[in-house]
Amino acid sequence: MIPAAVDYVRADSVEAAIAALVEHGDEAKLLAGGQSLLPLMRLRLATPTVLVDVGRATDLAGISVEGDTVSIGALTTHSTLEHSAELAVACPLLAHVASVVGDPAVRHRGTLGGSVAHADPASDLPAAVLALGGTLVVAGPGGTREVAATDFFTGFLESVLGVDEVLTEVRVPVSTGGWAYQKFNRRAQDWAIVGVVVAEGGAGVSLVNMASTPMRATAVEAAVAGGASATDAAAGAADGTEPPTDNQADGAYREHLARVLTARALTAAGR
Amino acid sequence: MTDTMSPFAGGIVGTPRLRKEDPPLLTGESKFIDDLQLPGALWISLVRSPHAHARIDAIDASAALAVDGVVAVYTGADLEGDWAGPLPCAWPVTDDMKNPAHLPLAVGKANFAGDAVAVVVATSRYAAADGVEGVVVDYEPLEAVVDVRDAASDRLVIHEDCGTNVAYDWELTPDPDGVAAAFQDAVHHVTETYVHQRLIPAPMETRGVAVVPAPHNGDMTLYSSTQIPHVLKVMASLTLGVPEQKLRVVAPSVGGGFGCKLNVYAEELVCMTLANRHGVPVRWTETRTEASTATIQGRAQRQTIELAADADGKLTGVRATLLADMGAYLQLVGPGVPLLGAFLYHGLYDVPVYSFTCRSVFTNLTPTDAYRGAGRPEATYAIERAMDSLAVAVGVGQDEIRSRNFIPTEKFPYDSPAGLIFDSGNYQPTLDRAKELVDWDGRRAEQAERRATGSTMHLGLGISSYVEMCGLAPSRTLAALNYGAGGWESATVRILPTCKVQVVTGATPHGQGHETSWSMIVADRLGVDPDDVEVLHSDTAISPLGMDTYGSRSLSVGGTALWMATDKVVEKARAIAAHMLEASAEDLEFAGGTFTVKGSPDKEVPLAGVAFGAFTAHDLPDGMEPNLEAQVTWDPGNFVFPFGTHIAVVEVDEETGAVELVDYAAVDDCGNQINPMIVEGQLHGGIVQGVAQALWEEAIYDADGQLRSANLADYLVPSAAECIDMKLDHTVTPSPTNPMGVKGIGEAGTIASTPAVMNAVVDALRPMGITDVRMPASPMTVRRAIEAAGGAS
Repeated sequence: MIPAAVDYVRADSVEAAIAALVEHGDEAKLLAGGQSLLPLMRLRLATPTVLVDVGRATDLAGISVEGDTVSIGALTTHSTLEHSAELAVACPLLAHVASVVGDPAVRHRGTLGGSVAHADPASDLPAAVLALGGTLVVAGPGGTREVAATDFFTGFLESVLGVDEVLTEVRVPVSTGGWAYQKFNRRAQDWAIVGVVVAEGGAGVSLVNMASTPMRATAVEAAVAGGASATDAAAGAADGTEPPTDNQADGAYREHLARVLTARALTAAGR
Repeated sequence: MTDTMSPFAGGIVGTPRLRKEDPPLLTGESKFIDDLQLPGALWISLVRSPHAHARIDAIDASAALAVDGVVAVYTGADLEGDWAGPLPCAWPVTDDMKNPAHLPLAVGKANFAGDAVAVVVATSRYAAADGVEGVVVDYEPLEAVVDVRDAASDRLVIHEDCGTNVAYDWELTPDPDGVAAAFQDAVHHVTETYVHQRLIPAPMETRGVAVVPAPHNGDMTLYSSTQIPHVLKVMASLTLGVPEQKLRVVAPSVGGGFGCKLNVYAEELVCMTLANRHGVPVRWTETRTEASTATIQGRAQRQTIELAADADGKLTGVRATLLADMGAYLQLVGPGVPLLGAFLYHGLYDVPVYSFTCRSVFTNLTPTDAYRGAGRPEATYAIERAMDSLAVAVGVGQDEIRSRNFIPTEKFPYDSPAGLIFDSGNYQPTLDRAKELVDWDGRRAEQAERRATGSTMHLGLGISSYVEMCGLAPSRTLAALNYGAGGWESATVRILPTCKVQVVTGATPHGQGHETSWSMIVADRLGVDPDDVEVLHSDTAISPLGMDTYGSRSLSVGGTALWMATDKVVEKARAIAAHMLEASAEDLEFAGGTFTVKGSPDKEVPLAGVAFGAFTAHDLPDGMEPNLEAQVTWDPGNFVFPFGTHIAVVEVDEETGAVELVDYAAVDDCGNQINPMIVEGQLHGGIVQGVAQALWEEAIYDADGQLRSANLADYLVPSAAECIDMKLDHTVTPSPTNPMGVKGIGEAGTIASTPAVMNAVVDALRPMGITDVRMPASPMTVRRAIEAAGGAS
């Protein structure tokens, strides 16, 4: 629980952060809310030699709605999402998912960009962005690029982010159709054993903790598109998954949960 | 129920009162070990075996010594000569108990993952942690023994010098022929086997130690986050060979213990010996990960219980056998934990004959010892789960089977078949009231309705009626159980010249609220403001006599000493007042802080006047010593036996296996209550801790003896979000064992709640043919039970 020595650099802007990342390469880690990185460092499971703190990069915060798109700065905290009046109207699913992340202390420090960039398949928000068909804005030394959420996650705690890139913004479409999030866990503060996000009445369905990345439940989406009932559509919820085994659940039980929770989520979303 | 038998008349005792401990705790004024400022202190960090069982072939500290800030590294072999003896076990329950040498730092072999094999000394905590990474230990891993049955088979003996993994066998069967006959003649014979998983105590404050030497005269102060500064002083002195009169032990604010700080630990002795060697303060603060393996764990028993009953379900005999996991070594009172439950496997039921046997074995896991309830939760679990099975066998309700078997009120004091004398009890009203609180009949109807309509959300109702023995303990009884110390407690009451009061207690609080309760007792009797009573404790220089806090003993033993010391002070004050009023002491009444002469209400003197007179000593009765002070050490004549009934209502989701606690009622009887708010607080916390064993907590070990739940993300301590509003009520049946009529309440909630919840879970699933679910009843465990029973959709 005692982290190894680490150097600290504060970057007050995206440009400064990119410059620091270019200088230190893969020895450096970006620090935003610190709710995932700092515990890993305390356990010495992560031992970066430089922390680039973007916590004060004010150009990375804020929620705005323009036309059909909600743009959210990467440093926006879960608590801000949870309580945002704009988001409650434009994308209530995302506000709700943010409200069930960890506990209040985590939600006050943790950020949307940090959660997505950490790419934890057990996290709630990456799956929500995936179900919503979101887009991620990434800045690097060569400029800015946009990545579809479906292309972003590449492996366990891995994404397409380069070592010198910063996730600056998360964009999701305005989404007011039927939605639900079924988060199954044993304590309120825990990661989901399995989670199922349903957006737009089942047009977008994603799974938490069912593979090495957050994933779309494409078989369910196809069944819904084909007019299947909630129960029938949910039968394919575990298709193509590779669920992990841990203290809480083995793969077979996770697959069972995915089907049960998907049926419940689709029903709650008005399917 | 009324408390007309309360001996208190001052209007303070029995009334809820906010804890005086809380403002300093909430504002950060209270100082815990890690808050101590000790200039020049060296920090230590322990090198711990990653293997559950391994020979230590070599230790290379050269890389660690090169780390900036690292001062020294010592191996177990380096310090072996510093110990006058191994870490103490004070409870050799049998004369031939096997007790392998347990050195503060292992030498030659590590016997559990977490066993310390070397120590790094450094100028900062960070440097010490970096140093640990530089110590290279050449281990030869050995096969680990992790299961109690495997251990008992002696297939692989852990401690070669013991020749067996069996630490001891212990039996309590006062009437063997009677037991045999009872089971031969039984109409109903219930046999059940239950497993108590290992639990990790998780106080908010982990352990910590700081030792400050005074090099000039050999004095040494040991600060430790401990429940037992007094016991620790004796044990540390013996283990290290330090003259006891040179040693002072202080427990600063202690953030909880639940039994895990009722021990003498390696880190305390390592810090002491290194402070001696280096001549400067040496300190250590445990990390949460260390706390998972280097601090004792609880429960870890496999039990079989058999009930013999007649056609009506009236118990005719109880027989229990236990296989208890001691872990790798015997800790301070670990071997005695099963014995604390040994007398209670018949619960609060009137049973003519009784048998209990226990075999305790070594495994390659963290040592076990007392954890909130210590033996009594296990006993209560076995009998209360089995009573539900008996109810089913007889074909009556879970409430009815209990009512038929409760010890009748007229039998108290009750001579138990295990040889105890239950002091007082009146059990049926607690069951009746608890049923009212949860609307038992309404819930049963709702349960039937759900079943009839094919709902997949099943309701379950579970009862747990309990009695426990606490208030440890009569010293002669402890002697009969081979315990290595007494069970008395000490208190001093000192009325200062300005009529403020100092109380010194040997009971050492670590969250219980002794300062509030003790000041209420004294204030009620002396007629002073509770805020004018200061309670001093937890420092052997201030409170040299004490046996500390565990086993729900503080109030019934330490509180009684306080009551008696107050009596002595009042009697001395009465003699002085009589002298001042020129009256006879027998003619004085003392109430509301004033002595008055019976029949002459104008002749009076307040306690303040007496206190100042005792201080000036200008005009005391001939031969009387100045000042108002009295000290009493009290050794109780019996345990106390609190009791009650808890009822849990759960909802089980058939599709997912999730169990949700939806209602909970607890009706407890701890005799007269001093501060009802503290009683409720103890019950709230205790109940949640017991529910946690039923639903959430488990030290998960793999086949190699590796702990897979070594942090609070993987070890599921419940938070406030998992708690529900509990419905509490109480009855009052004073104990005749002590003058205040009090019984302990610190462990009752934990003792009662686990079987209530598990009985409710099984009650929900019984129509599917399920008769047991192992703890914790996790969603996957419950779902698998449903699938196995074929009752799943």
